[in-house]
Amino acid sequence: MPVLEITNLRKNFGGVKALDGLDFHVDKGEIVSVIGPNGAGKTSFFNIITGYFSPDEGDILFNDVNIAGHQPHEITELGIARTFQNVRLFPNMTVLENVMVAQHCRTTTGIFGTLLNTPAFRREEREIEERAKEVLAFFGKRLKGYRWDQPAFVLSYANKRRLEIARAMATMPELILLDEPTAGMNPMETAELTDLIRQLRDDRGYTVILIEHEMRVVRDVSDRVVVLDHGVKIAEGDYKTVSHDPNVIEAYLGRPSEAHNA
Amino acid sequence: MTHTLEQIDAPASSTPSPVDWSKVQKWGVLGGLTMSFIAAIGMVTALDQRLIISPWLSLGFLTLLWIPVVFGIIAATEDAETPGVAGDRDVISGLVTGLLSGLFFAFFIVIIDAFDLTDIFRNLGPKLVELLTFGRGVGVAAALWIISCGLLGLLGGTLKIAPRMARSMIGAAAMSVVGVALLEIIVTDITQGLRIEFVADWIYALNGGLTPASALVIAAGSALFGLRSDGSTLAERRLERMNLDPEVRFRKNVVAAVLTILAVIFLPMILGGLTNDLLANVGLFILMGLGLNIVVGSAGLLDLGYVAFFAVGAYTTAVLTSPLSPFYTPGWTLNFLSLEGAAVITIVLIMAVIAGVLVGTPVIRLRGDYLAIVTLGFGEIVRILFLSDWLAPYFGGAQGITNVPSAGLGPVEIRGTSSQAMFYLIAAFVGAAIYVAWRLQASRTGRAWTALREDEDAAEAMGINTTAAKLTAFVIGAIFAGFAGMIFAVKVGSIFPSSFKLLLSIIILVIVIVGGMGSIPGVIIGAVVLIGILGGPTQQGLLQEFGQFKLLIYGALLVVMMLKRPEGLWPNVRRQRELHQDEMSQDAWLMEESSQDKDGDS
Repeated sequence: MPVLEITNLRKNFGGVKALDGLDFHVDKGEIVSVIGPNGAGKTSFFNIITGYFSPDEGDILFNDVNIAGHQPHEITELGIARTFQNVRLFPNMTVLENVMVAQHCRTTTGIFGTLLNTPAFRREEREIEERAKEVLAFFGKRLKGYRWDQPAFVLSYANKRRLEIARAMATMPELILLDEPTAGMNPMETAELTDLIRQLRDDRGYTVILIEHEMRVVRDVSDRVVVLDHGVKIAEGDYKTVSHDPNVIEAYLGRPSEAHNA
Repeated sequence: MTHTLEQIDAPASSTPSPVDWSKVQKWGVLGGLTMSFIAAIGMVTALDQRLIISPWLSLGFLTLLWIPVVFGIIAATEDAETPGVAGDRDVISGLVTGLLSGLFFAFFIVIIDAFDLTDIFRNLGPKLVELLTFGRGVGVAAALWIISCGLLGLLGGTLKIAPRMARSMIGAAAMSVVGVALLEIIVTDITQGLRIEFVADWIYALNGGLTPASALVIAAGSALFGLRSDGSTLAERRLERMNLDPEVRFRKNVVAAVLTILAVIFLPMILGGLTNDLLANVGLFILMGLGLNIVVGSAGLLDLGYVAFFAVGAYTTAVLTSPLSPFYTPGWTLNFLSLEGAAVITIVLIMAVIAGVLVGTPVIRLRGDYLAIVTLGFGEIVRILFLSDWLAPYFGGAQGITNVPSAGLGPVEIRGTSSQAMFYLIAAFVGAAIYVAWRLQASRTGRAWTALREDEDAAEAMGINTTAAKLTAFVIGAIFAGFAGMIFAVKVGSIFPSSFKLLLSIIILVIVIVGGMGSIPGVIIGAVVLIGILGGPTQQGLLQEFGQFKLLIYGALLVVMMLKRPEGLWPNVRRQRELHQDEMSQDAWLMEESSQDKDGDS
């Protein structure tokens, strides 16, 4: 049963066709990788799903609700969380606060509850904090203990990426979109994160779509791989099929004949 | 002089760390320029009558004499790139910087003596020349200036290498002598309140300023006090406090809060009318500053039209309660214990919310500079509307609305002219505002604002409705300003459009910036420093003498703050962190290393 079903998605930026009639779907509990050369429209695809851009044409059905053109915060509330290609934490908030703020759409206390310090407000604050700690515990000892009260900017690059995933988890989504989660990580950290992505699905039950350039990660985690080029889906299937697809090889390396000539 | 020339020619290797001549040159010339500038804008002549130590030192001369000392210290301070051992070079740097400043200033005196520049610079007339030459010849005066500036620079350089203790003693002595002299009016006012006028009579000379004897006593006393302190700077103490155990810190905070509340309750009974009035003004600006702090400091929305909400609050109150307004219903006053009073407060609140939403909705989608410019426009539009002939039947146009009746608390009348009553009224509102701001800071709403300020796109991805969050910040800010306007209306009793100029928005913003964006104590300190000490746009501060140079000092203060302490006088913890970002990153990295080592072992 598809969680996300996208049909005929189009988006132009001026004359550039970022997405040109894309069909796409993700089933519940699936890990799907979206790959493609630079400028293929992968990040635009994420930005459209999460509401940062509205599509020119096409439907995005999330659990049978059309979310095309919705505001980003509405989409998060419906249950789609994302990370960003270039890490975008709240650098001067602490690690814990970063994850606490992510529960904004799942909590309700308004200004009056805050001012009156109602029991409901205190309970909710406590729950927010506990849930934040629980989510951070997912990363083992990486983001625990003294790290809770550290501002996010002091974290190492890998930890920043982890915190971004934690933040996405804290919005209590059904579907998580990871935009190049292993970019800038060393091989050891990449291997660790690959395991974590699998755990996101196996232990936590999230459905995951990731954009990734690191082919080893794509191979190890994906149930299905979708290849984009110039806003069009050029191949789809498991990693093995896709990696041998002549269209994909052409998109990444150029035509074989050109390669021979060169 | 020959000694210094030898130093120039001497090979650099002969001294442990050579004097940084380009730096000395720069600060020497800058010092001379600053002195000439201060003389040219008329500060020296205007403040000559105001004595610090009678009859030797006037405030006018003091505005010049601090420069060689401070610039001497700066020139003597090593750069990070050329660290060196403290020693002769510091003293020499200070001396030469002072001499250069003196030389430049002597040249300036010669020029204004030789040419009549009064057409261009109104203040560069014979009066200034006479003052600066001490009534003697230009040559003698020039020499005197060079020598004294050199000596003052030497003092600066020596202070730089002096032990910390000596420095804090001399600093404390100088600050307290100048401080007590400047606070003459307030000290007199307080001693009158305490019925110990004889103290003031002894401290101050008949024609103003300290007597030499009292200056000596004050200097000695505060030097002793400086001896007692361990010489740690304010920032160090704050950092220390930050690292305290949360429980200890909480207890200390509670004690400080209780002491503050007691002071607020009992101080006005002791203080004289003048001081109370000053504090009431400070309180009014704290109230507005706290509101703007939520908009700018917490949510990061640069609102330059904040005065509009202040105006709305003031006009609403005036329109409802002044017998001269067409909407007046007999019996309506701002009596906090009457139904009519409650109605006035509610209507002010509603109008502030409406104004906040009206201004906020169209501009909220804008970011950064655009938001600032558009809000600035809205602020002016509101003022011009109140000024317009079109709405004159309701708001009185340029004549404004007068005869706003006093506020009251049941049978007790809170008269605008009674500074003590106004102080209590404003203190109550400020207290409530501090509570609201403090509660909101560490709440879901406050976190959403912080996230919004740090990264708007990421905040949206967290499910924060940015439009709603921004609008909430705008509206709460508007409510604070609306209430400030309400109090302002009953305090001054008459409202004119000219009270709500752009300058007011900017001054409130400067309070927030100087105090520390996003910091509640910062806003209070900022208001005390700017409004209490320098004075507001129409309110007098402690340093009334500087009244006409107020905006210049605001500007200079803002520039210095931006360069040296951009996080404000009492920064928000988050911003303090930014300041120590490098150190913290380093520590974190070390901890990371050690934790990874442990990982490797396991």
